[in-house]
Amino acid sequence: MTDTTIKHHLTDAIMMAYSTGALPEAYSLVVACHVSLCSECRCALEGFDALGGAVLEQTRKSELSEGALSATLDLIANTPAVETPKKYAPSDFPAPLQEYVGGGSDRVQWRKIGGGVKQAILPIEGEANARLLYIPAGMAVPDHSHNGLEMTMVLQGAFSDEVDRFARGDVEFGDEDLSHTPVADVGQDCICLAATDAPLKFKGLIPRMLQPFINI
Amino acid sequence: MRKETTFDTARALDQLQAKNCGNFSSNRAMTKLEEQPRQLDEWTQCLINVRDSQDQAAFVRLFNQFAPRVKAYLIKSGGSNALAEDATQEAMATVWQKAHLFNPARAGASTWIFTIARNKQIDGIRKQRRPEPEDVEWNTGDQEEASAALEISQEETAIRCAVSTLPDAQRKLIERAFFNDMSHSEIAAETGIPLGTIKSRIRLGLNKIRYGMTGLQ
Repeated sequence: MTDTTIKHHLTDAIMMAYSTGALPEAYSLVVACHVSLCSECRCALEGFDALGGAVLEQTRKSELSEGALSATLDLIANTPAVETPKKYAPSDFPAPLQEYVGGGSDRVQWRKIGGGVKQAILPIEGEANARLLYIPAGMAVPDHSHNGLEMTMVLQGAFSDEVDRFARGDVEFGDEDLSHTPVADVGQDCICLAATDAPLKFKGLIPRMLQPFINI
Repeated sequence: MRKETTFDTARALDQLQAKNCGNFSSNRAMTKLEEQPRQLDEWTQCLINVRDSQDQAAFVRLFNQFAPRVKAYLIKSGGSNALAEDATQEAMATVWQKAHLFNPARAGASTWIFTIARNKQIDGIRKQRRPEPEDVEWNTGDQEEASAALEISQEETAIRCAVSTLPDAQRKLIERAFFNDMSHSEIAAETGIPLGTIKSRIRLGLNKIRYGMTGLQ
């Protein structure tokens, strides 16, 4: 389930933060979804994990409690065997996202937020949040910029903005410097996964007034 | 359009390759990057023995090597002594229980145990959730697995060597990042982390092996 047409990849810093465990859950979900579709970033990520392995191996030892080994062996004897990783039915959503939605796009509980655009906020903890966005073919998300970091990954269809065109698997990074109006391709409705750590800044008056009610 | 970090990769890599790795401690003394051992590193071999024959002696050796380091990692990452002790025992139990999933063609023992310890740190100590990528199928023969495992083991030895020969300040930054002493935005902003150097070393072989194995280009 790898897509070689992906053009817009993860940054090294994001992958390293995911590997160290520093990345909030919402961004980690985008990383996990992208890597599920992208062999190139999977390789790079496994490389950062290898760096973590090297750091671990060169860490000075801490003293274990007396009997740590026998306590561990007891733990092994008294814990049921771990299950093999879950297999997912083929779906239009990558496996890590299916865990949050309970399946593919047909399982999403959409809420309208105006202009035909719909969203679903995912149950995520931490300082950043993640949502699914549904942009009907040919429609636009109102012109906005970002306070913090926004990572947007395309799951279905494609959108274009001032930067480039983004299709399935591509990730766009938005920050204070990016002000854009993403427009979905005409051919197909576009579904995106977006993670942010601050509310978007809309340029138009109406989207700004609606913002408190639609929680975007 | 990959966003590249702006570190001086080429220069740092030259420095690295020019350096011998004589201070790298290993049972198989390795003096130069080019002189690769022809066997798996001993810890990866131990873990394979645990996986294939539930070898308890091999597990005890792994425990003695890694458990005190996993505990140190968990303490440095902010856990109390008591929490770190419990989480270490749980992590090492997971090593045994998940040994059947260990694939030396993808990661050596220290990398694999690091990921278990890190996940324990996130879900056991911090009580957070970490979404994981969908796993890929690896349908390779034993022969291919053995040769890929050897290459991975050599690459990881090279990475350890690369880390140990970095200037102190750079090495400490990498350690701080892995010991959870840096937020993701600090990692993104921190230009002292020699990501480029490390990545070049990692990419020499791993991409080729892995892309070859999955049949992609």
